[in-house]
Amino acid sequence: MTTIAPVAPRRRRTDKTMRGVLLAGTLIALVPLVFVVYYLLKQGLGALSWSFFTSDPSGRFLGDPGGVRSAIVGTVLIVGLASVIAVPLGIGIALYLVEYGKASRFANVVRYFVDVMTGVPSIVFGLFIYIVLVLSGIGGNFAGWKGSIALALLMLPVVSRSAEVVLNLVPDSLRESALALGSPRWRVVARIVLPTAMPGLVTGSLLAIARGAGETAPLLFTAFAVNSTTWNLGNQMNSLPIQIFNDVRQAQSNIVERAWGAALTLVLMILALTLLARLIQRRSRIA
Amino acid sequence: MSSQSKEVRVSAEPGDQPAAAPVVTQVPAPTDRAAAREVRTVAPTVAIQDLHAYYGDQHAVRGVSMTYAANEVTAMIGPSGCGKSTLVRCINRMHEEIVGARAQGTVTLDEADLYDDDVDPVSVRRTIGMVFQKPNPFPTMSIFDNVAAGLRLTGRRGDVKDRVETSLRGAGLWDEVKDRLARPGMGLSGGQQQRLCIARTIAVEPDVIIMDEPCSALDPVATLRIEELIEELKRDYTIIIVTHNMQQAARVADKTAFMLTGELVEFTDTRTIFTNPSDTRTEEYVTGKFG
Repeated sequence: MTTIAPVAPRRRRTDKTMRGVLLAGTLIALVPLVFVVYYLLKQGLGALSWSFFTSDPSGRFLGDPGGVRSAIVGTVLIVGLASVIAVPLGIGIALYLVEYGKASRFANVVRYFVDVMTGVPSIVFGLFIYIVLVLSGIGGNFAGWKGSIALALLMLPVVSRSAEVVLNLVPDSLRESALALGSPRWRVVARIVLPTAMPGLVTGSLLAIARGAGETAPLLFTAFAVNSTTWNLGNQMNSLPIQIFNDVRQAQSNIVERAWGAALTLVLMILALTLLARLIQRRSRIA
Repeated sequence: MSSQSKEVRVSAEPGDQPAAAPVVTQVPAPTDRAAAREVRTVAPTVAIQDLHAYYGDQHAVRGVSMTYAANEVTAMIGPSGCGKSTLVRCINRMHEEIVGARAQGTVTLDEADLYDDDVDPVSVRRTIGMVFQKPNPFPTMSIFDNVAAGLRLTGRRGDVKDRVETSLRGAGLWDEVKDRLARPGMGLSGGQQQRLCIARTIAVEPDVIIMDEPCSALDPVATLRIEELIEELKRDYTIIIVTHNMQQAARVADKTAFMLTGELVEFTDTRTIFTNPSDTRTEEYVTGKFG
């Protein structure tokens, strides 16, 4: 006769302990997240008002410090241009690596440098652009587009690495069956690989954009800062991270409050972008 | 009896294939079985001469020569790793898509040498279609788009509706899916998915169809359905089928080839190979002594 043994007490105890440890770890990890959101809302919500979004920083130390309109416009334009540069280029690199380069020596070298670039501190990209584009005086000195390029350099490896992972997830059997139908390789990529990988490509690109939007260092000495709103990427431009950076160092409490408001605005903008992407993804998925 | 061959459409320039009118004619019957059926379109003959295939240093196919007769079903049998899949993938030049893989030798489609320097592999694959082991509909596409994909991927424009219907009918799937053409192809059952893949293959109007273990992922009922379809398809196409299942080879194939360690051991009528093989290794394999 077969006897089925009950769970040994020792194993039951170990199971309980390990579950407890994992739960505790998760809770500890949540603590800073909760506090960040809590403080952001507590300090930032008070600063938000209609005029906060519609007026530029006044630059005065006393009285009304003004809002962050120029910083919002600047962040949108600078990050927008950076995304236009980095997303297609990054996906292009990934397509080359996955579809054409494969395991060739050149592809492996490219992969290695993309990895190295991911680890380069953001201030180094800022310095690089400062030396190459700002000090050299190409198109004036400080300019929004130079900030965009510094951000694009930062985003490029993030986009490309995540896109490579996603493209590798597209089953080879799909590529094979399309090739066996007599499709040229570029059409396999355009019609089969890209549509299949699209949700992942969108997510990866958005992560890179969100990362770029929060960067201060690459903008410090490329786009610089200015109080008034400009729509011209050829001028010096304000941006939310720089606004925060400058404001928190001030002694006046209403200027520090503006920093919190700007931080909350930045987080909300990134949240909106993420939600938008989710929405697009859901709509594009076939029922 | 007029024996008129269909024009072999292997061109260096993809996309300019003339619309070949189906030639209804009668070919000399190679076997008793073939005598009973009518041929609607004369398909080309595929001939292999001294074919070698490699994966890096590994020599997977070692000098095989054989001929696949027009409008017949030829089965390739043999134990796993004997090179039968590799061999058929050399015929439509899919073998070279694998990193490090190469092939040498001659493969001809009627008169055309498929490994000639001027030949575009893309146009070879349009002429020689392929159905894979696992049903692989394109996951982002509807049933209709999956079949139309064959046409769109090969750059044909215009109204594809009729071709989609003809192809789905040809694959025996039309009646099951005609009311839900806009639904995703992945929502079909395994057997239906495989017939969808066959529809996708014949939509491109190939002359030869290679099937690489098309039923190994299917249940017996779906398998029977595909086998009936193969019987129907050989009126229009030359069919090469790789199979692990010897009963299947016996049921569908006019001729059967037995391969072992990259070499062709025996190639003859299916009946002969299963009842009276001339090589002892064939006999041992078909009677289940190994493999």
